[in-house]
Amino acid sequence: MSIALKEALVQRYFLSKVIQSIVLLFGVLLLVFVMVRITGDPAALMMPREASQEHVEAFREKMGFNDPVMVQFGRFISGAIVGDFGNSLHFKTPAMPLVLQRLPATVQLALAGLVMAVVVGVPLGLVGGFNPGSLVDSLGRFLALLGQSVPNFWLALILILYFAVRLRWFPSFGRDELKSVVLPAFVMGLPVMGQIVRLTRSAVLEIRGEDFIRTAHSKGLEPRTIYTKHVLRNVAIPLVSVIGVQFGYMLGGSIYIEIIFSWPGMGQLLEQAIGWRDFPLVQALAVFTSLVVLGLNLLTDMAYAVIDPRIRYG
Amino acid sequence: MANRETTQREADSLLDVERTFKERVAYAGRFLWRDRSGVIGLILFLVVVGAAVFAVHISPYDPLEQNLRENKMPPFWSAEGSWDHPFGTDNLGRDSFSRIVYGARVSLTVGFFGVLIAGTLGMVIGAVSGYAGGRIDAATMSLINLILSLPYLLFVVFIASILGRSLLNVVLIFGITDSPIFARVTRGEVLRMRESGYVESAISAGARWPRIIFDHILPNLIGPLITLATFEMSAMIFYEAGLGFLGLSVPPTIPSWGNMLAAGRKYLQQYPWIAAFPGLAIMFTSLGMNLLGDWLRDVLDPRLRRARK
Repeated sequence: MSIALKEALVQRYFLSKVIQSIVLLFGVLLLVFVMVRITGDPAALMMPREASQEHVEAFREKMGFNDPVMVQFGRFISGAIVGDFGNSLHFKTPAMPLVLQRLPATVQLALAGLVMAVVVGVPLGLVGGFNPGSLVDSLGRFLALLGQSVPNFWLALILILYFAVRLRWFPSFGRDELKSVVLPAFVMGLPVMGQIVRLTRSAVLEIRGEDFIRTAHSKGLEPRTIYTKHVLRNVAIPLVSVIGVQFGYMLGGSIYIEIIFSWPGMGQLLEQAIGWRDFPLVQALAVFTSLVVLGLNLLTDMAYAVIDPRIRYG
Repeated sequence: MANRETTQREADSLLDVERTFKERVAYAGRFLWRDRSGVIGLILFLVVVGAAVFAVHISPYDPLEQNLRENKMPPFWSAEGSWDHPFGTDNLGRDSFSRIVYGARVSLTVGFFGVLIAGTLGMVIGAVSGYAGGRIDAATMSLINLILSLPYLLFVVFIASILGRSLLNVVLIFGITDSPIFARVTRGEVLRMRESGYVESAISAGARWPRIIFDHILPNLIGPLITLATFEMSAMIFYEAGLGFLGLSVPPTIPSWGNMLAAGRKYLQQYPWIAAFPGLAIMFTSLGMNLLGDWLRDVLDPRLRRARK
């Protein structure tokens, strides 16, 4: 295949992925718009239950809920494109900057969790894959099962109780010092670590049985060369994909952990916004988080296509 | 090594159409017994089902009965605890053990009906998509893959906060939002079967539609779907408790593990057991169903076993 043709295929693959993501983002906007109106009366949904009839009426007029639905949708979409989701009902300031303020804390937590998961998970998976049935392998598989089965909100409570309240090694809440991140990042990273252990282990097992590894052995290559050059490189392919997807999952799934540790990120803001019935803020949060996650998935797809040439022609 | 090969052959023969139902069950049983973690998973699952079914007979107290004089009692092993309330009592003096037993009902109801709805919806979508092929299939599948890539928890929390607290809402939310994964698996299986020789030979032998669907396609779909259903049920029980923790699941008057966690959260520092027991209940249920799912996957789909080694 000529180089020009290859490049054209890669570009087409990337372009179709970008278009798919844009279509889905539009779907997210539609969903968020419809959901707020699904009960029939968005004004009643957003106002306190004890609000007077006149108050609700004035609010409805102010928010434009009396306009035809298509007009409202047009206004919503044209605002959303420039990042304008209206004012937060609680703070009385534009919703999107409030969301962006919380982004660094959430990213810090997810990154710390991911680093922990990779640093512990990959070596455990590699050792387990090369020595199935060994002590390290059993330990890795046990940790993987634990990460899969322990509810994160419960683990968070237990860790606070033991390491923060009893031993006083770490602060039990907030983000005032650097070591505040340790406990929440551990809770965040444990299930991802489990998945990475499982994946690395099975990838090593599978690749060790491949013909090209046997060929490498039989042509007299050093085992060390085989492991680093042939096995590890192939293990990296599924790992990149899982790490990308999991990072997105962590950014969007940190709600419980942020609440329990009073971590001032987007998840905590979501719980507060729901409590205040501040749905413009909830909408901005949902759309922005989806945007970040979709962007990450897109990057993962592209990285994958670059590492593994088999993907892009599929 | 020889033992593993025998097991392999037995697993293969499970798919053999020639065997009677009884023989297959017997094989599955023997297979289960060999896989110790599968036994543990099954026992844990049966304990939870038993608690839900016989809640009235097992629980020593009415789960709603308040007794403020005996509030925040510690569990039985503590010095101030007693066997009257083995898991202690909560802030309103309600018996934690009874509430855990009754909580199994909410969890299993959400898990069972959620999976039933998600499985039915997903099977129909996946089968139509896989059978239609072409553009319909491509469009459905890219939509499903993209939906699956969205931040799931965020949307579940968002939708639950709008619809309000009720058991029906929770079941519907999980049933609908979880259907894409069933659609993807069904579609993959249908595609594989369409390509396989036996469906083709059944068609060429003159078999009509109902026969092909009920005799050839459905029996082969059941294995992978039951395995998936086990894992998804475990996930739904997990998410339901999470929603309860946020105060977005069933109303607070219904004893559920999530509601108990939410109530115990406030008293964590002085009275940690109030939140610890419902957490343990969720963990053991989840663990049991994951072990059971692993075992089912091995038994019902020997191809995977071969790949996993």
